[in-house]
Amino acid sequence: MNSALDAPLPPGDDPWAVLRAATRARVALGRTGDALPTARELEFRAAHAAARDAVHQPLDPALVRGRLPGVELLEVHSAAPDRATYLQRPDLGRQLAPGTVLPRAEADLAVVIADGLSPRAVHEHAAELTTALLDRLPGWTVAPFVLAHQARVALGDAVGEALGARAVVVLIGERPGLSSVDSLGVYLTWDPRPGRADSERNCVSNVRPPHGLSYAQAADTVAALLAAARELGASGVVLKDEGPALPAGTG
Amino acid sequence: MSARRGTIGGHTYEFPTLVELMAKATPARSGDVLAGCAAESAEERVAAQTLLADLPLTTFLDEQVVGYDEDDVTRLILDTHDRAAFAPVASLTVGEFRDRLLAWAAAGDEAAISALAPGLTPEMVAATSKLMRNADLVAVGRRTRVVTGLRSTLGLPGRLTSRLQPNHPTDDPLGVTASVVDGLLSGCGDAVIGINPATDSPARTVALLELADEVITRYGIPTQSCVLAHVTTTLRALEAGAPVDLVFQSVAGTQPANRGFGVTLDLLAEARAGALALGRGTVGSNVTYFETGQGSALSADAHRGVGGRPVDQQTLEARAYAVARQFAPLLVNTVVGFIGPEYLYDGKQVLRAGLEDHFCGKLLGLPMGVDVCYTNHAEVDGDDTDSLMLLLGAAGVTFLIAVPGADDVMLHYQSLSFSDVLTTRSVLGLRPAPEFEAWLARMDLLDDDGRVRELTADAPAARALLAAASG
Repeated sequence: MNSALDAPLPPGDDPWAVLRAATRARVALGRTGDALPTARELEFRAAHAAARDAVHQPLDPALVRGRLPGVELLEVHSAAPDRATYLQRPDLGRQLAPGTVLPRAEADLAVVIADGLSPRAVHEHAAELTTALLDRLPGWTVAPFVLAHQARVALGDAVGEALGARAVVVLIGERPGLSSVDSLGVYLTWDPRPGRADSERNCVSNVRPPHGLSYAQAADTVAALLAAARELGASGVVLKDEGPALPAGTG
Repeated sequence: MSARRGTIGGHTYEFPTLVELMAKATPARSGDVLAGCAAESAEERVAAQTLLADLPLTTFLDEQVVGYDEDDVTRLILDTHDRAAFAPVASLTVGEFRDRLLAWAAAGDEAAISALAPGLTPEMVAATSKLMRNADLVAVGRRTRVVTGLRSTLGLPGRLTSRLQPNHPTDDPLGVTASVVDGLLSGCGDAVIGINPATDSPARTVALLELADEVITRYGIPTQSCVLAHVTTTLRALEAGAPVDLVFQSVAGTQPANRGFGVTLDLLAEARAGALALGRGTVGSNVTYFETGQGSALSADAHRGVGGRPVDQQTLEARAYAVARQFAPLLVNTVVGFIGPEYLYDGKQVLRAGLEDHFCGKLLGLPMGVDVCYTNHAEVDGDDTDSLMLLLGAAGVTFLIAVPGADDVMLHYQSLSFSDVLTTRSVLGLRPAPEFEAWLARMDLLDDDGRVRELTADAPAARALLAAASG
């Protein structure tokens, strides 16, 4: 700690650069009176606008289908009829819309691609990550993919049960931050059925190349988790994560 | 107890217990809808408020929202209730109490309002807030005096202090220091330099405590630091001899919710004793810091009261203040927009909740601050946080939380910026804590009018502080 305090000022024309170089936080923005200068204010607004748009942009099935040619993709809706309800009623986002029918597949694995809080993350990363994951699962039977609107993670439990799958993997848009609007999360649940606790899932977060986890890194981890879950017949805290959930330096 | 009935607009509404009456009298918010306890119509809400207004305050001493036998927070509330302090308002109904508070506030009778605290229960205060408009909450909050201190004095009239929150995604010492320096140069940090650690590792907590202590000591800054680790981690830091100014903990309004946080009242008492024993104060001896927030009990599925009925989130929030006040805190703040739109959906709900929490906390005797904040999936933006911060400034809030550029890069939400604190101070004529203001002047960081300078980097103070951030 002493070194942080005792080091001399570095050379250069702009001593404020010292602060900016030390952190990604918005330091040394300057002021006009007591307020932010116009340029800094607009930068902040742009970041917030991107995050807002990432939340509210509707999930576009055509965008996902276009990147998964020849793949059977079913569509379901949660019990939340619109975005405003979805945001206020997480309980409804965990249930299938009344009357939803899915074919029995009796497969090893169900894959649910869910909008979550960032449909943009799904548009940008879901197809590539799904492909990378299936490449690593030879010998696994996989149910038709399910694209889920207004969905929370636990909707995968209902989908997995309806399909008759032994495990479900949910790829879902994570809550956008100001500097990361397109992070995809992956949740794995063995023996899916409604009522599963979050502690019975495993999660790989921040799939977002090139800034976050790459598709290959994420798929390696999820495939390893799936193999271990099949071995153990369970997922969640009982299951040791065999690979790194986050690469060094993504924070 | 029997059901209470009220007729309004030709309809009769029935409220089986005090739990429903309190919930349905609560101004609308998403969390109560999610819990299934919100009023189902605007008229039902006013019918509940009308019945609530006629309840004697003593009702809350005889009839519980959360059961006495089941919950240690209820036992704490009732077992520590001070009848003598309650006496001046003991004969009033909730509605009459609202009227009395507003009359005292208008007359500037801070002593009458502030002396009530030990005689009030969270449920009394929550009920009263449900009958108040936003301006009522401001008017009474402004005249409720709570002064605390450790190395700076907080809560004095005409002052607005701030928590400088220099979080970093990996707790990098240089990164944290850069944000600390930025905040100090902007006149912030007089309430506390409070760091949320990225992990709950004891070693990391000790390292961050030493870093903050080093900055405070080296520049002689009259403030205190806090690493907002779990209380058990802080206990280990105390055992390791770390420079702990403040013991931090998140608390909630029911025993199961506190269990979910991994805390008991005994644990908090033990940690407070440990920090007190260090004797690190110069102007006071308040050594605890608590955070709360509407919705925390519901999110832990620990929000049920008598008969298993869901209790509204605002009443539960006020009950958390009973936990906090047991430990003579230096600082308490509600984190008002952090938890998400399923609890507070939009700017109107966040604004209302922030003012309620400040009012209830102050009236119960807490040095109440607010983290005015939002996440990107809530219907809230910088205009909403501007409105709340200015109203809180008018309400005499003890402190506001500020992060560099309003963007917390570790917790991924937006709070206020350092410049927002300066704006609130200058618009409302408020000043920093007196000891910190004197330090700013010594560092030549104030201009002739007492405002924080727009620095040039070669100013002596800037050079001195920038030295701390160069690696």
